[in-house]
Amino acid sequence: MSLFKIFDTAASGMSAQSMRLNLVASNMANVDSVSSSIEQTYRSRQPVFRAMLDQLNPDKPSVGVRVAGVVESQAPLRREYLPDHPLADGNGYIFRPNVDLVEEMANMISASRSYQSNVEVVNSAKQMMAATLRLGE
Amino acid sequence: MILDKAFGIHPKALELRAHRSELLAANLANVDTPGFKAKDFDFSAVLKNEMPAMRMATTRSGHIQPENGLVTTGQAQYRVPMQPSLDGNTVDAQIEYGNFASNALEYQTSLRFLNSKIKGLTLALKGQ
Repeated sequence: MSLFKIFDTAASGMSAQSMRLNLVASNMANVDSVSSSIEQTYRSRQPVFRAMLDQLNPDKPSVGVRVAGVVESQAPLRREYLPDHPLADGNGYIFRPNVDLVEEMANMISASRSYQSNVEVVNSAKQMMAATLRLGE
Repeated sequence: MILDKAFGIHPKALELRAHRSELLAANLANVDTPGFKAKDFDFSAVLKNEMPAMRMATTRSGHIQPENGLVTTGQAQYRVPMQPSLDGNTVDAQIEYGNFASNALEYQTSLRFLNSKIKGLTLALKGQ
């Protein structure tokens, strides 16, 4: 029955969005993780979503979503001259992560809204199925 | 079967509604997928095709009636986006959610119709 597939589709959406929220949390937690070299500095992580298309049946109506991968932002790190900082390098610089807090907040709101809409889809589908099961009572 | 006639258009409508909710759920799940194109189908047009009155008249045994199956997904069409997006995604969550909610309600309506048909039939069978 095709209503069952709605649960899979919505669940894939929820897991992708929760992965995104997880990355937002990680980025925001590490906003002040300074370090003394470019290589060691935390970089903002972003998920890449991709539709789960069935190669054998591209016209299938139920298309879930999956996280194809996590990419690290290549935006420049913020360098700051703080010679008194314990992590400062030989020239007195520390490196701050390239996390943009405003962007992350917007990302967080978008992810939680999308998650909620998937939950609502599951609830509606559940009600539809329950009503179908009661058919003829 | 005679029961199919008794139920009329409603089982077909229910099937189509379930199919449409599947499509809309897929759109909603892919609301943030870059390049994803939202799909939907014209419910009333598809249902009209399924109605017996709309079938072709077959006067000879060699005449072939077009397939009376469930809507094939080939009939699903891409939605025309209201607003452009940078990543090529054409899902508008509000529109999809509105459509999903009304579709769910109409599904329940079809169920209600079917239910009353079944009730009527049971009453006729019991005769009391």
